[in-house]
Amino acid sequence: MRVNVTVNGVAHRVDHVWALESLLDFLRERVGLRGTKNACEQGECGSCSVYVDGVLVCSCLVAAGQVEGCSVVTVEGLDPSPVQQAFVNAGAVQCGFCTPGMVVAAHCLLADDPDPDDLTVREQLSGNLCRCTGYQKILDAVHLAAERAGASGR
Amino acid sequence: MTVTDTATRPGTSSRAADGVGASAARPDGVPKTDGSFIYSSDEHHDGSLWGVTLRSPHPRARIQRIDTSQAEGLDGVRCVLTQRDVPGSKIFGMMVYDQPVLAIDEVRYQGEPVAVVAATHPEIARRACQLIVVDYEDLVPNTDPEVSLTGQVDGLPEGGLARHVRIRHGDVASARAASDITVAGRYEMGTQDPAFLGPESGLAVPVGDGGVELYVSTQDLHRDQRQVADCLGLPLDKVRLVLSGVGGAFGGKEDLNVHIHACMLALRTGRPVRMVYNREESFFGHVHRHPAIADVELGATRSGQLVFTKVRLVLDGGAYTSTSQVVIANGCYFAAGAYHVANVEIDGFATYTNNPPCGAMRGFGAVQSCYAIESAMDRLAAALGMHPLELRMRNAIGEGDTLPTGQPVDGPAPVQEILAWLRDLPLPEQSDPGAEDMRARPGGVGNVTRGEGIRRGVGYALGMKAIGFSGGKDDTCTARVTVWIRGGEPVAEVYCAAPEIGQGIVTLEAQIARTELGVRTVELPDKDTGVAESGASSASRQSWMTAGAVVGACGLVRDEILARAAAALGRPAAEMVLDGAEIRDRGGWPLMPVAELLGPESVSHAYTYRHRPTEPVDPERGQGNAHVAFAYAAHRAVVDVDVELGLVRVVEMATAQDVGKAMNPVAVEGQIEGGTVQGLGLAVMEELQIDGGRIRNPSFTDYLIPTMLDVPPMPMKIFEFPHPDSPYGLNGVGEPPNLSSTPAILNALRDATGLELPRAPVRPSDLVSELLP
Amino acid sequence: MVDINFGRARPGGLLDLSRVEGLDSWELIDGGRTVRIGAGASFTRIIDELGSLCPALAQAARTVGSPQIRNRGTVAGNLATASPAGDAHPVLLACWAQVEVESAHAARLIDIDDFFVGPKRSALAPDELIRAVRIPAAAGPQQFAKIGPRNAMVIATASFALNLDVAGQRVGTGIGSAGPTPLRAQAAEQMLEEALADRWDAPEAELARPLGPAAREHSEQERANCPERPVSAANKSGNDSGADIPSRLSEGAARQFGALVAEAASPIDDVRGSAAYRRHALSVLARRTLNWALADLSEAERPVSGANKSGNPGGAAA
Repeated sequence: MRVNVTVNGVAHRVDHVWALESLLDFLRERVGLRGTKNACEQGECGSCSVYVDGVLVCSCLVAAGQVEGCSVVTVEGLDPSPVQQAFVNAGAVQCGFCTPGMVVAAHCLLADDPDPDDLTVREQLSGNLCRCTGYQKILDAVHLAAERAGASGR
Repeated sequence: MTVTDTATRPGTSSRAADGVGASAARPDGVPKTDGSFIYSSDEHHDGSLWGVTLRSPHPRARIQRIDTSQAEGLDGVRCVLTQRDVPGSKIFGMMVYDQPVLAIDEVRYQGEPVAVVAATHPEIARRACQLIVVDYEDLVPNTDPEVSLTGQVDGLPEGGLARHVRIRHGDVASARAASDITVAGRYEMGTQDPAFLGPESGLAVPVGDGGVELYVSTQDLHRDQRQVADCLGLPLDKVRLVLSGVGGAFGGKEDLNVHIHACMLALRTGRPVRMVYNREESFFGHVHRHPAIADVELGATRSGQLVFTKVRLVLDGGAYTSTSQVVIANGCYFAAGAYHVANVEIDGFATYTNNPPCGAMRGFGAVQSCYAIESAMDRLAAALGMHPLELRMRNAIGEGDTLPTGQPVDGPAPVQEILAWLRDLPLPEQSDPGAEDMRARPGGVGNVTRGEGIRRGVGYALGMKAIGFSGGKDDTCTARVTVWIRGGEPVAEVYCAAPEIGQGIVTLEAQIARTELGVRTVELPDKDTGVAESGASSASRQSWMTAGAVVGACGLVRDEILARAAAALGRPAAEMVLDGAEIRDRGGWPLMPVAELLGPESVSHAYTYRHRPTEPVDPERGQGNAHVAFAYAAHRAVVDVDVELGLVRVVEMATAQDVGKAMNPVAVEGQIEGGTVQGLGLAVMEELQIDGGRIRNPSFTDYLIPTMLDVPPMPMKIFEFPHPDSPYGLNGVGEPPNLSSTPAILNALRDATGLELPRAPVRPSDLVSELLP
Repeated sequence: MVDINFGRARPGGLLDLSRVEGLDSWELIDGGRTVRIGAGASFTRIIDELGSLCPALAQAARTVGSPQIRNRGTVAGNLATASPAGDAHPVLLACWAQVEVESAHAARLIDIDDFFVGPKRSALAPDELIRAVRIPAAAGPQQFAKIGPRNAMVIATASFALNLDVAGQRVGTGIGSAGPTPLRAQAAEQMLEEALADRWDAPEAELARPLGPAAREHSEQERANCPERPVSAANKSGNDSGADIPSRLSEGAARQFGALVAEAASPIDDVRGSAAYRRHALSVLARRTLNWALADLSEAERPVSGANKSGNPGGAAA
């Protein structure tokens, strides 16, 4: 199977894609973007979160063939975002395996709601599991990113 | 990949910028947020093959025949290996070699590796596994640790009893007679899984000299290297391990996983081999926290003075040893809690069964015993009609007290301060639960209550644990520090094998080099077996040990630079200081740029750090100075329980802990928050359900870890009572918050419901047990 | 995909229907009385757009997985899997939904009561695909509640949906995760219909008013975060009749309703909970949701104040 897809603004034409291949494997093994993580492959942890045509999805639950003609944005393709810097500054990164997915999901949350309250952050990021941090610093990071984006008029 | 870490904060003295005590940002923080950081599951190599493991579906069975011919015939398969193909030792293990690399004649647990396959595509390798014919004769498994205690079980080593630890202190029999009041209870704990997010994985690359390089995630490169080399039948110098990115560990990456298999496949095929477990396989691919049964009896005077403590603790180690003998010892050392009590009798048993193997997990036995003793303390407080916090403060251990092992507590033991902070912290406000957002109520977004049935509870728990390896182990950590000039500025490289598993040891290495040498830029090369060993990132020891090694190596480098300056300037070295780019006199006057002194040369020294010696305890009475140091933490949990549905919302987890010195305050907070939440999971949702030796929920769909919505605010107090024996006065941080979190929540649930709740995790049905038929 | 990722399923191929024109939207049919939800409409869309027309469905949608899952998951996907734990199913039962299915040769409507035929088995023929789901627009208070050991992102241990159809003077119920299939609690419905028989009439004129274009416009702006009183929102024009609608039935009647719901369940012990717990939890959920629905009903008769007074969701993303 051939898949034509734009990933992070770059057009890819990939041949010999296995019909049952997930978008996650496709991105990691065919496109070579391994920032999207493979923690559970059952839609429970959010580590593989990416945008498909602007919609936040778990790439492990999307078949590669489904992104034919689509635009995919992975963690590598986010504009150098205040979210990423806030994660570093707030201490929201430990082992970091959840971080790429968490960053993409937080990016999506803030795009919808530039100044979310605590419970909203907790609910909207509840599909992104983290085993190291206890989430407090992630919450801090989201608020920090929101604050900085607000201050810079974004 | 070498990480270069440059201090980001300007400071008048370079020494102040991002040195020890600052919340310096992680050097790997940016690559971890932009996706460029390489984890062991990301490792790849042109032309690499994929390795897949065939595992036993049975908890116990005799292998009558393995036929790999069909699998080998599949197009794309490069090799299929069984135990016959293990070139060296056919067994391995962290402390005792008893676990087969690939099953030999009999499988002892569900998920035991039987064969491995290398193929050009993972799907081909998986199909090949399905084509391997294994004839099993099903045998009756023993999955009951109480049966194993007899030491008479067929088919298990030592008849099922791995170790019996005895601690005898004082005289419990007469103390019981002298007690005004005694309470007794049995407390059980289910099996917790480390559930790290980054699955077991690695890349093995054969190298020209017949050796192999293994890029892998682990907590201890050198211990792994010894086991891998033994099983491959290779000398150590032909087996190089490189630390790849570790996606969490928590004890679960101390035992080997893909290591030997990947290397065997790579050496056999002459090709690089990648192995990555999926989530289901991961649940079978690492050790779990020992499930526990603890019987606790406490005696006290009417005024609440503890008179005796008697504990019987049974930990089921499952099919192979891993670290069970040491886990049970650690569980016993702290089974009497952080209390001063003169008469103690502790019997701990680690068993073998046909359950999945258990081993290290954050807290290492002390989690189970803390849960038991802290549950019993609340029972005693209730029997005395005393506030649970008052009972704890009345009996809290202090500096100079003697532990049940006879060891005096000779470091800071600020337990009173810790408990007093929790006592004085105002309780969170209790608004009308019906008026709150449903996400702040038990059941969360499930929309199950508008206030009906909600009761609040408050619970406390206190924990204590040894820091570092106990019992006489000669524990070392080595670091090499090298300074050279780049762009007119000194650069320091810290080369140390201490595994970065998320805790931030790389941040600390850079901070220490900045503080000790005044440099701005620190380079952190790949961690590998090319330097002497660091010991494991476990036992809350790595900051202490690595700090000792890096401080020592920096000191040797500094001494040499000053000696060179002394020669060049004709002044005694003792009159000069090294301050980053300058040699200065003691008054701060610049004497010579380091760049001019060193020119193109570098200065490099290695240093091996040892903590003070410890000794093993005696086998009869468990007495001895076994420990390096102790750390203390306590929690206050506030919960809302829906007493009709048994659903829980943890409202707040307040915690206080002594860390000696907060080397990096934000990182310390992160450890405490993370540990607290792992304890929360164990209290209310996390259990690997094992029935007849079979895991019933090997998935993130049914093994539930807390989400962000399950986690409450965590007010925190970090005490810094400097430890006299450690670098900078620091103490271990990682494990203590994992101890008291679980029992604090259990005690809060008991407070809310009045139920005994003798088992963790507490399930909804436990909380409404009186309403069920 | 999960079964594929774990090697448990190896279908010969996959068919992506998500691009079929119009499948991802919904429309009002039947003079505004019925909402027809395309097979490709995501749970996110249901939460965002159907909070007023299908409040229980919107509430159920919010409990499905995570935002990422809700962005892709659909009611039709729930139906095709036919798991007893599918979050939408209890609501579909309670609302007497119909499933529009189509094959190359024919199209047919399957009543929801005929749809679930066994554990993860439905009445779909092998060559049939789900095209849409038809669900009557709410004509009275609706509730959905779901139990799991985690406060988000969890598969139901048990769930329950309740629909008080004031216009039709009938009661709909649905039970999830407590039987081989999603179940209806028929005896409980009957009992409640009888208990309410002499009380339906008063507010009927207003409550049963089909939601017309104006209501739809309103609903589109509304997020599903406050799905608890959609009909009262449609009822703002005011109605001073119906004062005899009780805000609660007698405690005994509510308990009886709960007991009948529990009796209708046919749960088993599994990793997610015991049969006894599930039955018990259902009786509690049934009683509570009934009380909330009745409170909504009586509140609908009073001047409305404060959208969040009943304490339901505070507005996730509003």
